[in-house]
Amino acid sequence: MAGTRANVEATVSLSVDGVQRDVTVDTRTTLLDCLRDRLGVFSPKKSCDHGQCGSCTVLVDGRRIISCLSFAVMYDGATIVTADGLADGGLHPVQEAFIDADAFQCGYCTPGQVCSVVGMIDEAKGGHPSHATEDLDPDASAEPLTDDEIRERMSGNLCRCAAYPNILAAIRQVVGG
Amino acid sequence: MRPFAYERATDVAGAVAFLADHPGARPIAGGTNLVDHMKLGVADPPALVDISHLDLDRISENPDGSLRLGATARNADTAAHPLVRRHHPMLARALLSGASPQLRNLATNGGNLLQRTRCVYFQDVTTPCNKREPGTGCSALGGHTRQHAILGASDDCVATHPSDMAVALAALDARVVVHGTDGERRLDLRALYRLPGAHPDRDTVLEPTDVIVAIEVPAPRPGSASTYRKVRDRASYAFALVSVAAEVSTDDGEAIRDARIAFGGVAHTPWRAERAEAVLRGNRPSAELFAAAADAELADARPLDGNAFKIPLLRRTLASVLRDLCQTAEQPR
Repeated sequence: MAGTRANVEATVSLSVDGVQRDVTVDTRTTLLDCLRDRLGVFSPKKSCDHGQCGSCTVLVDGRRIISCLSFAVMYDGATIVTADGLADGGLHPVQEAFIDADAFQCGYCTPGQVCSVVGMIDEAKGGHPSHATEDLDPDASAEPLTDDEIRERMSGNLCRCAAYPNILAAIRQVVGG
Repeated sequence: MRPFAYERATDVAGAVAFLADHPGARPIAGGTNLVDHMKLGVADPPALVDISHLDLDRISENPDGSLRLGATARNADTAAHPLVRRHHPMLARALLSGASPQLRNLATNGGNLLQRTRCVYFQDVTTPCNKREPGTGCSALGGHTRQHAILGASDDCVATHPSDMAVALAALDARVVVHGTDGERRLDLRALYRLPGAHPDRDTVLEPTDVIVAIEVPAPRPGSASTYRKVRDRASYAFALVSVAAEVSTDDGEAIRDARIAFGGVAHTPWRAERAEAVLRGNRPSAELFAAAADAELADARPLDGNAFKIPLLRRTLASVLRDLCQTAEQPR
């Protein structure tokens, strides 16, 4: 059955929080399970495991994605940054803002929230609109990140402690306005 | 989850050949729906061919003004693309109303079209479901039907299609470019989908060896205004109870010259509202006209125990969209 095993296992090379990691995984392993169970990177959290809560959000090649609905084998060669990796020598400004604004209670969703905010700010800087953007005309001047824009752009991250007002305040501290 | 072989495709023909050589195999790109189905036991392909690394992610304008949307372009990038926003704001808005940003960064255009119903019974393998397991019965009938169909359903299945993007594309007369064992072919997006009838297990007319490679969207009609409006139980990150995609053009702000309308959240397919369009065409916009258009389209609606609210909700949503678009179309552009 060596052939079968070769078929259903694969070696994946990932850059995780700045460290190059090679790992052989069963093809059924999600990116989230690969990070947590195989590589011991525990900041992405498993909550719903069905793409409904956002607690497993990580940055892949700079973009925020949920890591529970992807197989690790699909990410061979990718660069992954988790909330842990955002703290480079000191806390990331988004992490500082979450502490300043008391933007969590139990903290379980927080690493996903933090990664999502970092990705969200980059998307907004890159001119990506959201459903809250009134004028989708690409030639219209970029709208500021209103509270409605931030809420819409962060709707993929649930917080069952309902720290939403303080999460909004933390994001406001980072983006200004 | 059943063990599966994984192969990263290097070209489209190779992906199609892989599917032909591995019965039951599936293409994967974003994975946001398929991976979930594999976890739930709704799908158990013995092999996956990964098409996400193919050069199918471009968005470009053809000489005739139509847009070509690559099948593996991510929904987020498609919605943000200047060509899409300039020519078809309705499509951009439909994309932006679906899922969450993290999901849209993964989900691809082809996968969006082929995502399957979110009927809770379809996704729960402990309950009978004709779509998942033909002949076992429909658990939605007599169950929770808030999200289910009012148009075009059958005794075997009352599921709705979950895509927002497909509703906008149905209104825009988009075509799907498919690569199969006999090479490339095109079909109207509306012909891609099928009503449930006695075979709700088949969502589309595609063969298991077919791979969607692109979506073509005709050029916008001069002087038209378009939008997509989605009504849902939450303000964000929820599937449509009802949605309306519409493009309207008027003659000097007077009579409606043309209207293209599609509904979401109400049928097994994106629902093109041709009867409503016929009522509108050539007539001056008014509340009475909009109501008559809704009446014509909803004459055959068959609500279930839990979703009769969709009829008045859709009537009001259609009227508000048409009122806004007729006002916009009056403005010189």
